[in-house]
Amino acid sequence: MDLEFEKSLVELEQQMSELEGGSDNNQQLNSQVTQLKRKINSMRKKLYADLTPWQTVQVARHPERPVLRDYIEGVFSEFIELHGDRAFGDDKGIIGGFASIGRQRVMLIGHQKGKTTEENIACNFGMGNPDGYRKALRLMKLAEKYNLPVVSFIDTPGAYPGLEAEARGQAEAIARNLTEMARLEVPVVVLVTGEGGSGGALGIGVGNVVLMLSHAVYSVISPEGCASILWRDGSKAPEAAAALKITADALLELGVIDGIIEEPVGGAHRDHAATFDAVKTEISQQLARLKKMSARRLVEQRFKKFAMLGKFDNRKYAVHR
Amino acid sequence: MGWFTRKKAAVEEKPDLWTVCPACKAHVYKEEWQAALKVCPQCNYHERLACTERLALLADEDSFMEFDADIRPADPLKFSDAKGPYADKAQQTVEKLKLNESILTGGCKMNGRSVVLGIMDFRFLGGSLASGTGEKIFLAADYALRHKLPFIIFSASGGARMHEGILSLMQMAKTCAAIARLNEDGIPYISVMTDPTTGGVSASFAMVGDINIAEPKALIGFAGRRVIEQTIKQKLPDDFQTAEYLQEHGFVDHIVNRAEMKDFLCRVLRYWKEN
Ligand SMILES: [Zn+2]
Repeated sequence: MDLEFEKSLVELEQQMSELEGGSDNNQQLNSQVTQLKRKINSMRKKLYADLTPWQTVQVARHPERPVLRDYIEGVFSEFIELHGDRAFGDDKGIIGGFASIGRQRVMLIGHQKGKTTEENIACNFGMGNPDGYRKALRLMKLAEKYNLPVVSFIDTPGAYPGLEAEARGQAEAIARNLTEMARLEVPVVVLVTGEGGSGGALGIGVGNVVLMLSHAVYSVISPEGCASILWRDGSKAPEAAAALKITADALLELGVIDGIIEEPVGGAHRDHAATFDAVKTEISQQLARLKKMSARRLVEQRFKKFAMLGKFDNRKYAVHR
Repeated sequence: MGWFTRKKAAVEEKPDLWTVCPACKAHVYKEEWQAALKVCPQCNYHERLACTERLALLADEDSFMEFDADIRPADPLKFSDAKGPYADKAQQTVEKLKLNESILTGGCKMNGRSVVLGIMDFRFLGGSLASGTGEKIFLAADYALRHKLPFIIFSASGGARMHEGILSLMQMAKTCAAIARLNEDGIPYISVMTDPTTGGVSASFAMVGDINIAEPKALIGFAGRRVIEQTIKQKLPDDFQTAEYLQEHGFVDHIVNRAEMKDFLCRVLRYWKEN
């Protein structure tokens, strides 16, 4: 699937495949193809180096972008899924289990999106229910018992807004996770791979290190939701996306994330293997670094990191109070 | 038509005499409404309070010492929407309410017992949780921790403040981290949810009290009613996301009338070991 803003590239690519199709090892034609290829690559590089926030949202939601299952295949050598929250059921929007990355054993948790409509319905489009957040917490507590680092992959439009979700305490489940993750005595590495949708993302996102893929987004509200409230017009989502500062670069500057994993040119969906390599390398390095820290230091560092977040004015004013 | 006009004129004659209850539409004498602490004598609807009104019902006379009164919004994103810059909106709100953020924090005595209080004010940009709000809660919790005092927050909020983007979202983690530290040190933290407590506030500090208390009929929930109806395409029950519904589903320990709130909190705190 091609995105709207890639139209000019798509046309060139069509031209190229036509040329290639007609080629009988004609040298002149071959050099034309090579030239065109080079041109497309450099255009794509330029386009992706300068995506608008709204274009980035499109890339982050691309249907061929790797989902958790792909990362489990491509980054981890083993995954033993652990099911259920021991109270209500087994959420499909958030999954987790023991996993191995290189020689490091970890507890992996993450939002699960699908690729087809069928798959997406089965896993609720990566929108967690309270039982999903509670399953994640159960697994994090188990990680603490076994002294395993926690690796959390975030990719969700948000926590599921449903009748049952409210009745079972969506708010409480997320709030409990935020409170418990703050004191977890093992390393927590968080990676936003696609959409970091509000409280539903943060609910498994309190890490010692928070990373983002370069075309992922992370926001307090979806651009569409923000536009419909503050602009009273959902079609102003591109404006809202820009105003909300949701891209990896902006979040790094605000101190909300600690690092960016560069995606291959043209986005993660164009080259899964290269994406997996980059993710594996970065996570392994972070785990090796955090492993050297004591439980006490880990809790302290994570606490201070979140305590620092926020920008407010506290100059003395004569006028009020 | 004539009837309608006449009725309207009659009301306008004495505009300040009556309060119309927003819930049951009963006409109540304004004086009576005030004397009942803005609670409807007919249906027990609890009207929203300004943080200063709430404080007057809780703190012993002259015992309140405000914390961090200077903290106010800073517009970290240089945010601007259809209605203009956030900086202007925040400034106008500050001037109009004579209040610098969506929460008032401080130390006080309740029936002679020292506590740390946080009281949110829905009038301040919908009581939204922003950087300054989170910092004030964080600092108040830190004071409670250092002085071994119970911490009580009265929530009244529509959720995170969009105008501060991701930094508002992060206040959910920041405030919960502060509460987590109280848990570790055995310092009581009591959450009182008033109308409304929704979105990012319900999904952070408001829902993790040692004891969760609510005012009668308060709206409490994570997602908005309209969003849920659009998602699941069915009508929601009338009592959905009320304090009573939350209690029925196991998320609120006690629903307490406004007039009894102060004494109830003090009764509960007697069970803490330090007392
Ligand atoms: Zn009434």
